[in-house]
Amino acid sequence: MASPLAERMQESFQEHVQEDLLMDCMRCGFCLPACPTYIMTGQDETHSPRGRIALMKAVRDGVVKWDGSVEEAFDVCLGCRACEPACPAGVQYGTLIEETRHAIQEAKPISLKEKVIRKVTFDGLFADQKLMTGTVKLIALYQATGIQKVARKIGFMDLFSTQLKEMEAVLPKVALKKPKRETKPLSTKVAFFTGCLMETMFQQTNQRTIELLNMLDVEVEIPPGQQCCGALHGHSGEVPKAKRNAEKNIRTFDHDDYDFIVQNAGGCGAFLSEYGKLLGTEDAARFSRKIIDISSLLVKLGMLEKLPHTNNVSSAIVTYQDSCHLRNVNGVWREPRALLQAAPGYQYQEMPNAAGCCGSAGIYNILQPEMSAKILKEKMKGVIEVAPMKVVTSNPGCLLQMKVGIEKEGLSHQMEAVHIVDFIYESMINYKKGV
Amino acid sequence: MLLWIDEIRGIVGDANLKTSAAHLTSYSYDAAAGFQSLPNAVVSPASTEEIQKIMLVCQKYLVPIVPRGSGTNLAAGTVPTSGGIVLLFNRMNQIIDFDEANLCIEVQPGVITLDLCNYVEARGLFYPPDPSSMKISTIGGNVSENSGGLRGLKYGVTKDYVMGLKAVLPNGDIIKTGGKLAKDVAGYDLTSLLVGSEGTLGVITEITLKLIPLPQTQKTGIAYFHSLEAAASTVSEIIAAKIIPATLEFMDRGTMDAVELFMNLGLPADAEAMLLIEQDGAVETVSSDVAKMIEIAENNGATSTAIANSTEEANRLKAGRRSALSALARKRPTTILEDATVPRSEIAEMVREIQRIAERHQVEIYTFGHAGDGNLHPTCLTDIRDEEEMQRVDAAFAEIFEAAIALGGTITGEHGIGEMKSPYLEWKIGPEGISLMKAIKQAIDPNNICNPGKLFAKSTKPRVVLQYG
Repeated sequence: MASPLAERMQESFQEHVQEDLLMDCMRCGFCLPACPTYIMTGQDETHSPRGRIALMKAVRDGVVKWDGSVEEAFDVCLGCRACEPACPAGVQYGTLIEETRHAIQEAKPISLKEKVIRKVTFDGLFADQKLMTGTVKLIALYQATGIQKVARKIGFMDLFSTQLKEMEAVLPKVALKKPKRETKPLSTKVAFFTGCLMETMFQQTNQRTIELLNMLDVEVEIPPGQQCCGALHGHSGEVPKAKRNAEKNIRTFDHDDYDFIVQNAGGCGAFLSEYGKLLGTEDAARFSRKIIDISSLLVKLGMLEKLPHTNNVSSAIVTYQDSCHLRNVNGVWREPRALLQAAPGYQYQEMPNAAGCCGSAGIYNILQPEMSAKILKEKMKGVIEVAPMKVVTSNPGCLLQMKVGIEKEGLSHQMEAVHIVDFIYESMINYKKGV
Repeated sequence: MLLWIDEIRGIVGDANLKTSAAHLTSYSYDAAAGFQSLPNAVVSPASTEEIQKIMLVCQKYLVPIVPRGSGTNLAAGTVPTSGGIVLLFNRMNQIIDFDEANLCIEVQPGVITLDLCNYVEARGLFYPPDPSSMKISTIGGNVSENSGGLRGLKYGVTKDYVMGLKAVLPNGDIIKTGGKLAKDVAGYDLTSLLVGSEGTLGVITEITLKLIPLPQTQKTGIAYFHSLEAAASTVSEIIAAKIIPATLEFMDRGTMDAVELFMNLGLPADAEAMLLIEQDGAVETVSSDVAKMIEIAENNGATSTAIANSTEEANRLKAGRRSALSALARKRPTTILEDATVPRSEIAEMVREIQRIAERHQVEIYTFGHAGDGNLHPTCLTDIRDEEEMQRVDAAFAEIFEAAIALGGTITGEHGIGEMKSPYLEWKIGPEGISLMKAIKQAIDPNNICNPGKLFAKSTKPRVVLQYG
């Protein structure tokens, strides 16, 4: 007899996971070579997109009874969506895994501890940017007062997983005060979706995003009251909360005079660009159509021509680590490379498997530290082969992860992971000065 | 827990035998629609010797053993429909010996086809068989199914490149057949017997493959047509002109639509059919052959023709063709692909016949395939949940098989019989053929533990009478 949990799970899958989307998969296996977890597990079908879709269907149809092994198969998915561009049948895997996580979240009993963490994270931190800023202020204080050093010394961080500890070591210095930002009134009008992590830990990058756009005669507005995009909620099965955030953002950005809504975090951008699909309303679709990533916008507005030229051939290598969601969901991979190829003072070199996930994948590196570390190790082999001075990324999660990778390999004396905005900004400034 | 599982666990180690619900489910299917069955265990051996020991345990307890590469089989050949163990080769995926002096390579079955191709091409040699799933299919799977590909008409299929095998027989014997030999007539050709035997005669554990020099260059062209007939007659005329291209692929309107949605190749929306043409070899021959083929296409009313400007463009066109089957899957919930093959002179007639059959049964069938070697892939888009429609689909496919056989063709050119087509095998080879094949199976695998239920059906489908006209 099926356990009550198994029965509840089947019902929840029937309610939340769309059968028609499951039927789109004809099981050809073309997704397999694109899947990082399939490769890293020595080709274990259970950890492939085709396997997970078969499992979703099997749970839904009652062919398999819910147990830990089934749950693990879904947990191990990075959600990088590299399987989508590889799929000739157009299977919407991203939607399916989110629906699956939603179904699990609804049916699974959660411990009180997890409940509290989820509540604080999803209803508190990532629902309200003011709170997030407050938290980051704590981090800043923690760093500024030297408690960080003490904490590191006494091994305070031993309380956390190794992965978190490594993350902590590469946290950027957070400024205590938000700088005041000027925006010039100009012809093209762009609204800036600042992103919770970008706005807190990588504030300088956001400042430079505005300055780069100003250099291209763009007026940038930061509509007040914007929320976390909801990606974190959506990817963790908290779909109603993702929708709540989406609705607030759509209202906040609802102005006809914005030509674009720009963002500089690949993960957020992909989620924002799918609000239309998430909510199914015309307002949401209009919002999503305006979403653009910073690299695409810079290229569109002529940054390639504006970048200073230098005749000096440089031996300094720059390479690019794709943001999975920017590439696999939004199809953007040429633009960042075009920018890096045009930037003075560096030679662009593609690293092996640049399109493959780095293992950051939102909070995956915290939830699945082992697999994440394995993937990162493999990723670093490619980095080492190219031996760049700069590893450029388009998403805060990837940026932190690449920083961890560089630190772990003991390479921080010779290379650095940077956000593409900072890289381009520094090219503009340094070469103007003739450095 | 079953006793035999513990014995096999003892052979491969705990980490290499999986029995979790998730594992049993994810090895319960392959790429053939409508087949699913759970195994009892999923096993990853590391060597021929381990497979020998596993075989002896399976023999002792009469446990079915189903070898599986990457599970891209299109005829349910790797679905464990009688339970037992699914045998994986993910730990047997090494190149054993690359032998330039003898123009051959020895590999383990788990090597991915594309990896092998890239490996030898980097060393100036060529392994031509290129099934559409080559990015993920394994050499072991290709050998067991005798897979074809886009280059079949000029270079042949997998069997034309297998020089020798090592295999574990159902009684536990390890045999070596053939070798690094261009000539070898010592007794029955056991290599040929094992190639394409779909795992029913034992487990192949090592493969020696023939390599040829890498062609100097290649060139790819495309031609679009207003009618299927114009494309088909172009194919016939190319062959009649004594040109054997490396690739001569065909796609109809519906297939082009689906591929275009996936790849954005810029295929014209008003063409009814297209041919993808490729020649390889010495520079002068390649240029003149491709020019001649394009001319023949134009004389047959091609609405437009083009030659790929770069290797990248050519590769994208070929990738588009390789994705055809899966791309078609986006149109309806269930995709059933067939593999009917006719003598190449009958291509036009076969294409017309498929259209007539689809109309008669009111089913949605699109056709693409290897026009140059007569191997077509009529693909039916349907919904497995709709019983009434599925009956019409079955009837249509039965007629397609019948039509192919009537034209001197076969029910499968390169996918194998598996379980899906087993009810039709007798149509092609007759009761005498079935009885000989069964005698071979009985002699080698008397207890029927090697991939049971494949090739031989419990009952043959009654033949349909075709209404021509």
